[in-house]
This record gives sequence, structure tokens and C-alpha cells, in this order.
Amino acid sequence: MKKIKIKLNGKWSLIKGNLSLYSHLKNLKIPLKKVAIELNQEIVDKNTLRKTKLKNKDKIEIVHFIGGG
Amino acid sequence: MAKLRNDNFIIDKKKFKSRLIVGTGKYKNMKECAKAIKISGADIVTVAVRRVNISDKKKPLLMDYINPKKITYLPNTAGCFTSDEALRTLRLAREIGGWKLVKLEVLGDKKNLFPDMLETLKSTEILTKEGFSVMVYCNDDPLMAKRLENVGASAIMPLAAPIGSGLGIQNKTNIRIIRNQTKLPLIIDAGLGQASDATIAMELGCDGVLINTAIAKAKNPFQMALAMKNAVSAGRNSYLSGRISKSNYAKPSSPRKGLI
Repeated sequence: MKKIKIKLNGKWSLIKGNLSLYSHLKNLKIPLKKVAIELNQEIVDKNTLRKTKLKNKDKIEIVHFIGGG
Repeated sequence: MAKLRNDNFIIDKKKFKSRLIVGTGKYKNMKECAKAIKISGADIVTVAVRRVNISDKKKPLLMDYINPKKITYLPNTAGCFTSDEALRTLRLAREIGGWKLVKLEVLGDKKNLFPDMLETLKSTEILTKEGFSVMVYCNDDPLMAKRLENVGASAIMPLAAPIGSGLGIQNKTNIRIIRNQTKLPLIIDAGLGQASDATIAMELGCDGVLINTAIAKAKNPFQMALAMKNAVSAGRNSYLSGRISKSNYAKPSSPRKGLI
């Protein structure tokens, strides 16, 4: 399987092609209930994570709450 | 005491017990932050939205220390310098767990961290239309406060002084004018340094205060958290009690009658 290049939280990485966003986040052990996810600047509905296939040059942002004023 | 019992702190139809809102930034660690919040009695805390650290997952998570089911998280856009950044941040915050009550802060300059009121006004209007309940960090300008109210802000949050400066309220007159012109919750946000500053804010008729640095960076944050809790309560009671009028001359406290 050809690898694809994705940018996650500002860093490029090579991953297996044909992965769903869900599998990729699971591989990274992201606690899905405590985060929000953006794919190419659009918020991803968590119910659609399994259906969403990652493509070359996709940009993903995963955010959560931290201490702040 | 009837008045005290009915003295609810209501933001967008939701009742809160404490009039002290605290920030969760700048503490030594999460444990210290959680303990200070508990001592402060706050039931609303501000939180920031940031990237998850992908490489270091052992880093403690805020939600593991402060239970969002018990304490209301108020997502904040601290660090945003444009309307677009702030909107993006709060839409993401809502996605994490349905948060609609948010604090908007669009900064205008890095040195003073003053709010950019044009971007703030624009963002307030858009967010309100999207169904957010927007508590707005703003300057202490009564005209701008009115404009924010007109576009649907759910609370007006003027600064006392620059963020983190600890200078206390710099313009009491403007705060008083804003108090008199609005029925919206008025919360002093930013710039308080010590307990008496919080009391003064409450005595001016503010509905609450938001404090982060003054507690987190005190030598003893726990003691300062307690001091702020008591100061807010003292100021509120003082405001509600109807103070005496000021006089330039003495008025004896003991009756003259029966004097030997």
C-alpha cells in the first residue's frame, strides 16, 4: 500500500494509505471524548470518523482543553 | 437576610453559586490548580483550547483533575488576535462537549493584551447568531459595552487593568457607568491583584469577578484563593447592604444623653 503524507497538529508524517480518520486516531490513542477534530479546517462530526478516509496532504488538528485564563 | 437568600448569580438563565470565576492557567501543576479552585469555591473556571500533545500522552489532562460535570468549563479564546481565530477556537470548544457558554477574548496588541473591540464586536454578533452564549472580555468603555449588549452578549466583562498586571480597577467611574446602564451580568475580568481589588469591584455593583494570575501566582495560591472568595462575598454584601452616605464631619457613635 502506498504511503500518504498528512499534517497532524502542525507536523508532517507518513502514514499507511487507505486509513480512516478513526483508525488513525485510535492508533495514536487519542481520547476521542475529550477532543475536537478538524480536517482541512472543517470540524469533523465524531459520528463520521469511521467513514472519513485520509487522503494525501490532509491537514488534521486535534485540540482539547488546557489550563488558561 | 431575605435579599441574600435570593441573591442568585445568573448568566444566560443558568444559576451559579459563586460570584468568583477563576482561571486555570499559570499554576505550578494541575494538582495545585484543582486545589486552589476548590478552596476558592468557584463553580465556573476558564479553560483554553490548544493542540493535543501527540508525542507525550502522559501529560496530565485538565479534565482528569477538574470534573466538567461538577465545575462549569468556560472555554476562552485567550491568545486569539483575530475574529476568525476566535470563532474557530470556540466552534472547536463546542465540539468537544457541547459547550455553548463561552468567553470571547480577541486581543489587539501583544504588549498590553488590550481587546480589539472591532473584532470583538463582530465576533460577538456572529457567535450569538450561531447559538453561543457569549461572555465578552472588553475594555471599560460604556459605549462599546452598550454595543456588545445590542448584538447579544450574555455578559459584559471589562478589564480592571491589563491582563496579569495586578493593578486593580483603574477607572471606577466607567465601571459605575457601565453598571448603571446594563442589566446584563457585569464581571470584572483581568488586572486584579489582591483581595481588596475584588471587594472594590463588587462594591461598585459588579455581579462577579474573574481572577487567574492574582491567585495562581501568589506565593501561597491556596491562601489567596480563600482571600478572594471572602473578598467577593464581603464586597457583594457590602454593595447590597446600602452603605451610609459620606460626610465631611464627624458624627458621634455614642449618644450624648446620659453623659456624666
